[in-house]
Amino acid sequence: MIPDRHYARRILPALMLGLTLCGCAATKADTRAELQPRHTIREFADQPFAVVADPWEGFNRNVYRFNFYLDKYLFLPVVRGYEFVTPAFVQQGVSNFYNNIGEVRTLTNSLLQGKGTESAKTLGRFLTNSTIGLGGLFDPATKFGLERQYEDFGKTLGHWGAGSGPYLVLPVFGPSSARDAGGLAVDYGISYGIYTAVDPFDNSDNATVASAGVATLDAIDTRHQQSFRYYESGYPFEYYMVRFFYHEKREIESGRSLKQ
Amino acid sequence: MLTVNERGVSWQRIRSRYYGQSSATVPSSLAPAGRGWLLCDRAKALGSRQLRLVLVLACLVLAPLPGRAADDYGYPIAGDYEATILGTPAKLMPSFPAKMRIRDLVLDVLPDRKKPPLFFYDQGLRCTFAYQKKKAPLVFLIAGTGASDRASALMTMVKTLYREGFHVITLPSPTNANFIISASQSHVPGDLTEDAADLYRAMEVAWKQVQGDIEVSSFSLGGYSLGGTEAAYVAKLDQERRVFNFRKVLMIDPPVSVYNSAARIEDLLKQIPGGPKKEGVFFNSMLSKFTEFYGYGNFVAINDNFLYAVYQEKLFSREETAGLIGLTFRLNLGGLIFASDVMTNSGYVVPKDLVLTQSDSLFEYFLVSTHLSFFDYFDEYFFPYVQREHPGLTKAALIASLGLKNIEGYLKSSDQFGVMANENDFILSRADLDYLRQLFGERAKIYPRGGHLGNLEYKENLAYMVAFFKQ
Repeated sequence: MIPDRHYARRILPALMLGLTLCGCAATKADTRAELQPRHTIREFADQPFAVVADPWEGFNRNVYRFNFYLDKYLFLPVVRGYEFVTPAFVQQGVSNFYNNIGEVRTLTNSLLQGKGTESAKTLGRFLTNSTIGLGGLFDPATKFGLERQYEDFGKTLGHWGAGSGPYLVLPVFGPSSARDAGGLAVDYGISYGIYTAVDPFDNSDNATVASAGVATLDAIDTRHQQSFRYYESGYPFEYYMVRFFYHEKREIESGRSLKQ
Repeated sequence: MLTVNERGVSWQRIRSRYYGQSSATVPSSLAPAGRGWLLCDRAKALGSRQLRLVLVLACLVLAPLPGRAADDYGYPIAGDYEATILGTPAKLMPSFPAKMRIRDLVLDVLPDRKKPPLFFYDQGLRCTFAYQKKKAPLVFLIAGTGASDRASALMTMVKTLYREGFHVITLPSPTNANFIISASQSHVPGDLTEDAADLYRAMEVAWKQVQGDIEVSSFSLGGYSLGGTEAAYVAKLDQERRVFNFRKVLMIDPPVSVYNSAARIEDLLKQIPGGPKKEGVFFNSMLSKFTEFYGYGNFVAINDNFLYAVYQEKLFSREETAGLIGLTFRLNLGGLIFASDVMTNSGYVVPKDLVLTQSDSLFEYFLVSTHLSFFDYFDEYFFPYVQREHPGLTKAALIASLGLKNIEGYLKSSDQFGVMANENDFILSRADLDYLRQLFGERAKIYPRGGHLGNLEYKENLAYMVAFFKQ
């Protein structure tokens, strides 16, 4: 297994994509030759870098902007209100609670990937925090040396060899890929199945209201834990940095980049 | 009010979002900078405090360079590039209150400014404002090259000063795209006198916006890296304008000559295989090295343990580490060039009169802009611009004007200044350091190590900063 070669194989389509993109842009400029900028891509005999397959870039950029406005007018005001009215330890408790529920997703997917140690750790965390941690409000498991793992169905697919497919920015959820978007749907399906089976608000008259409340707080907590803000860097190429980090992180962690 | 922990610099945010929750990170070296783009990203900007500690410990294990114990300065990282990349371990930083009174300011500095559709998200100059309920001194802080008002080093300075009872307002660097778009009169950063005038105008607008809400006893000014040199020019302008009458002005790791320091950073890229024009090849090979390393080890995530191993195994050589710092500078510079070119419609990297929209691909421009060197920018773009403004000015005269020597008479005559610098800062030459010593005497605090800004967040350095502003 010669990693360089595998890497080259992986990077080649991306390289070609990069060249194609450049080609398009160059063609556009050629129609007005007098307006050619002083420096163009043609003068640099170098590999492109931070390349990720992104045939739907126009669409993705529009969704990226949509998410910016969604944040601006909905999520961030709500999160700021939440952070203002609740003390820091309550916020931590809420985050712990939802992270603990998230262990179920990690456990399912660790098992699907056949990762024994990781599954055992996650199960241990879930049991510890659900009991000693008072239903997940506290996280004693980390103090006992059981560190939090993270798995989802997108990573499971990657683990078994599925490519990421094109980069995709999802409304609300943000950066993803064709594969990971599918994975997200599966994870939600599994959660919903478990939720229906457990039926936590079984005897309540207000089951709908209660579950809507739980889901809303979940959304608020997710955004609260998430410190990323669209366009905040001010860097004109932020979109490419985000895309690159997201993609590489997922590929490296699912072991895709070496397998092929 | 917002939780302090939730605030951070943009790339850190991106990272913690996309790299998992707590120990979220990418290799410091592969990421564009958290705190100043001039500087490579540093471990501290990367994620958990634990991580930084681990990295630093790793560094110590790896490189117990001689001379460490020979002085009583407690900053532990001996190497210049390592310090620049790793920064300060969490354990050696002061602790901060969980919440502070903080507000984002979005300033309409130049009211008639037209912004192209591509920059629809830029609503004005962004500044961060932390304030006390009682009467207190106000400190303005200027970010380093490329950095925003939320750069992590800057936020550490804000928290430190806030805890000590100061009001603070941070400003993005004039080289940050937000500043170029919303606050720069010319859109062409680099001329210290012009940049200082832009900064001064922004400070006046910021002050106007908050003066009804707070009581201020006096004004001071600080800046790190390029922001330090700019602070000196802003203070000089204040001598004439007298709006603030700055009591104290602190420069942290400032370039003595902006041109020479930029040239020294460009030199870092000369060490990569194939030379500085092959930065794409270099980037990709560093990435594949990193990826391979992950694949052959038994790692579960890109987390503390993994990065510990990266440093333990000395995955990147000294030349490569230098190259990564240089590359980060180029990424940063590319943003500056592109933003400036779009705003001035100069046809430098974007075809003249082409109106880009937010859904257009910018990837070609990204590659072109980041392949241009500081010298390209200076010779082909910046110098011609200055010449149009000042016909007859020679390049040598321009270079000489961009630094502290140009205003040394003023610097010598005023006792408001203080300087913090490091012996092993690679942006300064021996002569530069001697110059700082000679110019400021007692008021120059030179630390034995810390690289470029690596020790900025070290508790001893922060204590010195606080004491300076309290004097």
